[in-house]
Amino acid sequence: MSDLNRLTIAAARDALAKGDVTAVELTQACLTAIEGAGALNAFVHRTPDLAHEMAVAADERIRQGRAAPMTGIPVGIKDVFCVKGVPAQAGSRILQGFRPEYESTVTQNLWNAGAVMLGKLNQDEFAMGSTNESSCYGPAVNPWKAEDGRALTPGGSSGGSAAAVAADLCLAATGTDTGGSIRQPAAFTGTVGLKPTYGRVSRWGVIAYASSLDQAGPMTKTVRDAAIMLGAMASADPQDSTCADLPVPDFEAALTGDIRGKRIGLPREYRVDGMPADIDALWSQGAQMLRDAGAEVVEISLPHTKYALPAYYVIAPAEASSNLARYDGVRYGHRARLGQGDGITDMYEKTRAEGFGPEVQRRVMIGTYVLSAGFYDAYYNRARKVRALIKRDFDLAFADGIDAILAPATPSAAFPLGSVDQDDPVQMYLNDVFTVTLNLAGLPGIAVPVGQDARGLPLGLQLIGRPFEEAELLNQALVLEQAAGFVAKPDRWW
Amino acid sequence: MSITEDEARKVAHLARIAVEDAGLPALARELNGILHFMEQLNEVDVEGVEPMTGVTPLRLKRREDVVTTGGMPDKILSNAPDAREGFFAVPKVME
Repeated sequence: MSDLNRLTIAAARDALAKGDVTAVELTQACLTAIEGAGALNAFVHRTPDLAHEMAVAADERIRQGRAAPMTGIPVGIKDVFCVKGVPAQAGSRILQGFRPEYESTVTQNLWNAGAVMLGKLNQDEFAMGSTNESSCYGPAVNPWKAEDGRALTPGGSSGGSAAAVAADLCLAATGTDTGGSIRQPAAFTGTVGLKPTYGRVSRWGVIAYASSLDQAGPMTKTVRDAAIMLGAMASADPQDSTCADLPVPDFEAALTGDIRGKRIGLPREYRVDGMPADIDALWSQGAQMLRDAGAEVVEISLPHTKYALPAYYVIAPAEASSNLARYDGVRYGHRARLGQGDGITDMYEKTRAEGFGPEVQRRVMIGTYVLSAGFYDAYYNRARKVRALIKRDFDLAFADGIDAILAPATPSAAFPLGSVDQDDPVQMYLNDVFTVTLNLAGLPGIAVPVGQDARGLPLGLQLIGRPFEEAELLNQALVLEQAAGFVAKPDRWW
Repeated sequence: MSITEDEARKVAHLARIAVEDAGLPALARELNGILHFMEQLNEVDVEGVEPMTGVTPLRLKRREDVVTTGGMPDKILSNAPDAREGFFAVPKVME
């Protein structure tokens, strides 16, 4: 078999089971692909020795007939996950040199299932960003290009994960999604990205950005792969008190392709001003695909949608300002060189000024401001009340019999690196307009590639499901995937 | 509401991030831009709405109040920029 790195998880699993391929061969194919893809800047810490060791163990496990669905599958891990002994910087200079002494629950679950670790993937610093440009490693680059040949952003914050999956450097990757950081990069790269329900997947060992919004999920080539990988990542976890004590269903078994009689809502508030015609047309096509499959598509209203972005940009920085207080130059990572007579406060201030990039500094300071005496009620508490109203909008829609919601994933296709004005952060925040509502409400959402724009760049749609009903959501996404028949791949230029 | 340079300096200090005086006007401008964006929230009627504290109605998990981990000072200190004799070392805190 050739081009083993291009396989899906499902195809590789079946080939491994039949003995047509070994985990060592699969892993070698990915390592070779990674070796040749330096221009994408997707893998920022490679672990070839660990990969080889894990692949050998996976082959032995398969030989003994003890394989799990992810056994022998080579994956990339977003830098934000702690993997014991492997650098974890969350894309930040302040964590330079940090090698965790412990393992995140998600990665432990993947290793327990026999998955193979290829290395760590690029991301925006502390997952704050939508372009990958806030990474201390420099941005990952989208494998897709438009005709003008300019380098495009793979999106963010899980841009390295999306680029790696789209370029077949790994079979699948982990991502995290606080305001759209799995779904937006998936849409920009023609891949599938699933943000599970808040609490479906443990946050233990995932470097925190905004704890009430962060959720890890799979980034894959197909919906089926997302189902397989979510099953391996999810678990109840006593180490994370917000992780739900729920059994993990067999998500793959739920992929029947039958959505007859399901009610799909199209929120009229998502028809925003200035939405490109391509995206609008894609949305209508997606609705028709679900209708053709026997679903009933109805217009719904989520009246507080407009306020999701400003609420998010109060709540997430507030949580970030307290989560990131731990980076003080004492326990791990970077410490600034101190001058004669500098005290401990100088150490903190210099360390954080040197270690954090501009966007992280901005969000930490905004968070500090909205939590400070006199502004807590005006900003933070008000935002949390608006958040309750946003969640109520969804609750009412679901109570009204809506099974899932169909919306665009992003307001545009991938755009050139360097094209967002770094001095106008609000402009960048608008990227999250369709994705951020789910994080506030804690709901699961999945981005599925459905079409291409006039320049040939991939476009995705997003399905939003009921809490903890990822199995149903994945089944709906499968129908969309099959109807869309998106098979395009980027031409290799790297 | 709008942030002056003095307030920007105060916020930077509260956040323990050193900002040069020359950087304060730009910082104040950026923070004001973001706060202006947030002011849309004032349009929403939140009368009688409780602030949302969590997304799942699950009761916070309880466990027995016992020691479950510990006894690994070497691991805890292994990533420290400066560790000495089993402690984190920092510049002098008290005169």
